[in-house]
Amino acid sequence: MSEVKKIRIATCSLAGCFGCHMSLLDIDERLFDLLELVEFDRTPLTDIKHCSPCDVGIVEGGVCNAENVHVLKEFRKNCKVLVAMGACAITGGLPAMRNNIDLWDCFQEVYQYEGGLEGGQIPNDPELPLPFDKVHPIYEVVKVDYFLPGCPPSGDAIWKFLTDLLAGREPKLDYEQLHYD
Amino acid sequence: MEPCEFPHIEDQLAPILGRHGADATRLLQILRDVQDHFHFIPPEAIVCLASHLNLSRAEVEGVAGFYSFLSLTPQGEYRVLFSDNITDNMLGKTELMQYFCNKLWVEPGKVSEDNLVSVDSTSCTGMCDQGPAALVNGWPLTNLDNNRLDLISELIRIKKPVAEWPEMLFEVRDNIRRPGMLLGDEFEPGAGIRAMLARGAEATLKEVDASNLRGRGGAGFKTASKWTFCHAAIAEEEGGMICDVGGNPERFIVCNADEGEPGTFKDRVLLSSHADLVFEGMTVGARVVGARKGFLYLRGEYRYLLKPLEAVLARRRAEGLLGENILGEPGFAFDIEIHLGAGAYICGEESALIESLEGKRGRPRNRPPFPVTKGYMGRPTVVDNVETFACAARIAEKGGAWFAAMGTAQSTGTKILSISGDCARPGIYEYPFGVTVETILRDCGAEDAHAVQVSGPSGTLVSWQEFGRRIAFEDLPTAGAFMVFHRKREMFAAAHNFTHFFAHESCGFCTPCRVGTQLQKRIMDKIAGGHGTPADLEELKHVGHILGTMSHCGLGHTAANPVLDTLKKFPGTFERKLKALSFEPAFDLDGALQTARSITGRDDEWAHLL
Repeated sequence: MSEVKKIRIATCSLAGCFGCHMSLLDIDERLFDLLELVEFDRTPLTDIKHCSPCDVGIVEGGVCNAENVHVLKEFRKNCKVLVAMGACAITGGLPAMRNNIDLWDCFQEVYQYEGGLEGGQIPNDPELPLPFDKVHPIYEVVKVDYFLPGCPPSGDAIWKFLTDLLAGREPKLDYEQLHYD
Repeated sequence: MEPCEFPHIEDQLAPILGRHGADATRLLQILRDVQDHFHFIPPEAIVCLASHLNLSRAEVEGVAGFYSFLSLTPQGEYRVLFSDNITDNMLGKTELMQYFCNKLWVEPGKVSEDNLVSVDSTSCTGMCDQGPAALVNGWPLTNLDNNRLDLISELIRIKKPVAEWPEMLFEVRDNIRRPGMLLGDEFEPGAGIRAMLARGAEATLKEVDASNLRGRGGAGFKTASKWTFCHAAIAEEEGGMICDVGGNPERFIVCNADEGEPGTFKDRVLLSSHADLVFEGMTVGARVVGARKGFLYLRGEYRYLLKPLEAVLARRRAEGLLGENILGEPGFAFDIEIHLGAGAYICGEESALIESLEGKRGRPRNRPPFPVTKGYMGRPTVVDNVETFACAARIAEKGGAWFAAMGTAQSTGTKILSISGDCARPGIYEYPFGVTVETILRDCGAEDAHAVQVSGPSGTLVSWQEFGRRIAFEDLPTAGAFMVFHRKREMFAAAHNFTHFFAHESCGFCTPCRVGTQLQKRIMDKIAGGHGTPADLEELKHVGHILGTMSHCGLGHTAANPVLDTLKKFPGTFERKLKALSFEPAFDLDGALQTARSITGRDDEWAHLL
């Protein structure tokens, strides 16, 4: 029997907490089953730095700075199917709580008023990603094909979603698996 | 600005509470007075009112937070609200508001540093034929231009009380261009009631039935049926109902003068110049259904009509047309009380209006039960439009056959249209039903008209190919708005304006409407900002479908009409604005980095997104 071509998956975390990735690992021993069907491109697991052409891209976290946009656009360009995983990617989530605070106030609070800081300078190194004035959900920056809600989505939800997708079915979560918290 | 402290709030609120008899159903009226006194609703007042009215703090705050004209944060001593209807915008509202703000050194939506003035937009104030219009502390300003705004800003600067401002600023004209049987024919106050008493209440109901009068608020429910249902409604819970000696439940007549549909201003004219006709119709209705008490729910924007209307009521009482034993008829008692709204379009929906009358948030009820069986305070209630009552008075006076002779088979009588937008003679036109859009356009001097928004944003957009259509329940039903758009107007701008209107006016009760109207607004903003794609048009249709099918009440059901109509009839106006790409970000990526660039002083390659 000739070997079936594996589905290539890339994942990344933008303005998120990696909690969704931890939840991905919660599929536990089913990871072995998964690896029969897929291979990983850029992910925090492989430490590959740039995304190459893939079948599925899974994005955790919202968009809070210029670098997020570069990564996200690279994913969109390379992935046939793009998935927003978790509350932050879908709505901006917890990081978007800063949207009601003026960016200048944020910078001052963090770099100038916080105790124990020397000099109190606002960093301006070009290597640091420049933040947006607001945190955005990823669908506002690129076209998103699927939204997988949850904070984080449970391992079972991720497993159900991926196996549906890999089997060529329209992904559908059971009532118990579909939640937003 | 921190809210001030009010240690003497009890003393300050005592006269207001006294005036309203510490009655919780008058909460909205009480809050209006509190707002007038403090220029906002102080948190201390909420606590104090809650304890005096035996309500929870949340109930009082819920009402205070619901209505646009009430504010939980301090507003300027002078609060100037520019009417934001599309017709005001076509007359230069945006530029005028900016000019005014610059003059007073204040930002829109904020209070000036000396707490003297705040400037903002508000939904259509019903002055579309004499715009651009605004409200200053609730009083209407019309025909605004730079000169008038110069004068107004000077009056504010010298802190002259609004009551002492020149009268010409507040002049509101009727602009009746084409009177018919409602607006033109002489009416002797009492004529309708006399004819009804001579004929008898039941015979009068038969006349209303024969007239085939249908509700003028737009929905067109047969008035005689509504009155019959209300009259027939029996006390369901015997113990809970207040009944008369015959065991009949207490009933109410409510006149819906919450004319909030943008572009509609015919009720304003009826109430300012033909109030007798309206009150007479209410009195006739009261006799037919057996009501002793009536309410006129007057939209907050028309508070300037309150005193003149109170005077008409007082005169009618003196003439024996209201009160006990009306026109000497023993046992015929009826009186009318006026309630003021506070800036909420949703209160035009009859069950939301009743909630508001009871002093609550204007949230539409589940129907059934309909108000005719369970309305105000759970009692059978007739809610009719201002114009419907005016028609009813004429029918009582002249008979059903006379009325039915006008109009078409399904739509008898006349319809008052309020015409605004691109035409030489905007104002009030009364036509027998069945008139074509084309005829109306010719009469009002609309040359090169391209489209008409009939019955406001929740109604129908009629394109130039359809100008042969007729105003009638069979074809184009309308509550009265008729906004004309010239060939050079961008129809996208109108649809865009209406999405902002609905997003602001959604009551927030059901998710499809609360979220759907916001999504619709944001997509339209995105397209307006030059970031639109064909995918966004598809999304608009999708959101429109959800709004139309899943919402709780008529507001949500119709909130997508302007967008869907414009997409269908003027697709070009959208397509010209789209970027020819499959996807575009919802916001300006590089622009969103500008704040951080100026804070860090960076301008390197990585500090830009191109």
